[in-house]
Amino acid sequence: MKAAPFDYVAPDSIEAAVDHLARGGGESVVLAGGQTLMPLLALRMATPSVVVDINRIAELSGVSRLDGATRVGATTRQATILTDPTIAAHAPTLAQAVRNVGHHQTRNRGTVGGSVSLGEPAAELPATALALEAMIETRSPRGTRRIAAGDFYTGPYSTVLEPDELVVALHYPDLPANTLTLVHEVARRPGDFALTGFIGAFTVDGGAISRARISWLAMGPTPMRSPKAEAALVGQRVGQIDLDEIGRLAASETDPMDDGHASADYRRTAGARIFRRAVGQALETR
Amino acid sequence: MSDHKIRLTVDGGPVSKTVEARQTLGEFLRDGCGRTGVHLGCEHGVCGACTVIVDGKAVRSCLMLAVQADGTEVTTAQGLAAPDGTLSPVQQAMMDEHALQCGFCTPGVVMTMTALTAGGARPTEAEIKAAMSGHLCRCTGYQGIMRAARKLAGVNA
Repeated sequence: MKAAPFDYVAPDSIEAAVDHLARGGGESVVLAGGQTLMPLLALRMATPSVVVDINRIAELSGVSRLDGATRVGATTRQATILTDPTIAAHAPTLAQAVRNVGHHQTRNRGTVGGSVSLGEPAAELPATALALEAMIETRSPRGTRRIAAGDFYTGPYSTVLEPDELVVALHYPDLPANTLTLVHEVARRPGDFALTGFIGAFTVDGGAISRARISWLAMGPTPMRSPKAEAALVGQRVGQIDLDEIGRLAASETDPMDDGHASADYRRTAGARIFRRAVGQALETR
Repeated sequence: MSDHKIRLTVDGGPVSKTVEARQTLGEFLRDGCGRTGVHLGCEHGVCGACTVIVDGKAVRSCLMLAVQADGTEVTTAQGLAAPDGTLSPVQQAMMDEHALQCGFCTPGVVMTMTALTAGGARPTEAEIKAAMSGHLCRCTGYQGIMRAARKLAGVNA
């Protein structure tokens, strides 16, 4: 297999990269970790005229703290998330999620920004961005903007990003104290795409849930929140929650597909069950 | 299409070549550097046979462009044995534990295992399994591969 011919540029600044994208007029594509783009090129499902490699832009990589949030540069490798002390201290949910992303060998190249901007509906990092209410920082010839993860996805592999707009970082706001976070999924084999899965963040105050965030992967055209189930959880006393009902409610708010891997019914049923089991265990053993 | 001059280290030796932008690192290592020990299986990131070590990290060489390897240090399975032919500890463990059958997936497996145990690291059983899940062995010879990895890591099965 061989990719169709393309031109390759590796700018060393964000400005130069955005300039290449603007001049490409939609015919250029960003190469971050390449763990999805490279197969698409090899299979000729993508035939860009210019590949803009952003791996040589030093300022795009790294983890830092900024205004009560953890800022993760777009080309920070997924493998880095597993060992970074700032992530462990302030955004451990991200590390929980990354453990399920691809394989050791792909995490060594794959980036956080690449996965978030690709918007694969069954991927962990877009759903995590949604559950953690991350802000996506971008740069284009029109300047910098920050997009809420909840406003970012418009469909499978579709986002509000303009063709000349580059994701430069993700901002994960600190969670309230006493927040439990969970990442659970069902996949045929570890590293495979999930058939269903959820990311949960539950804040417990004085024995009751005071805040809940639930997002699903592989349960619709985009990662999806379950706002009714989140609202239903608030105020409930830990130990007295009907998690069967909440799980069913949460899964009913999704829009899963039938495909060769699983039916929509299966996804909803399995999703509700892993929700009940995982949330129940986590709240009991807290 | 653009051509690019790259300089890198392959198995300890300097290499300087011109590559086409679309050439993958795996293709380049095979066709440009004589490293036919890099086995290209699926060529789209599924099988793991083409795994090499780039700057100390195990990566799939079909999922990286050759031009991206400019300035890096690449190790393939052909760079592991000593000049006198003495096998590396990983290679020896693979042989002792009969961890290869047809041998197609072997170079990739060996490179992941090499990265995993570099510098005397002792991965746990769970870490070994997680890392090895990135390789497909069509002979289904996984038990031998796991025995070799456990032996290297000093994990008792």
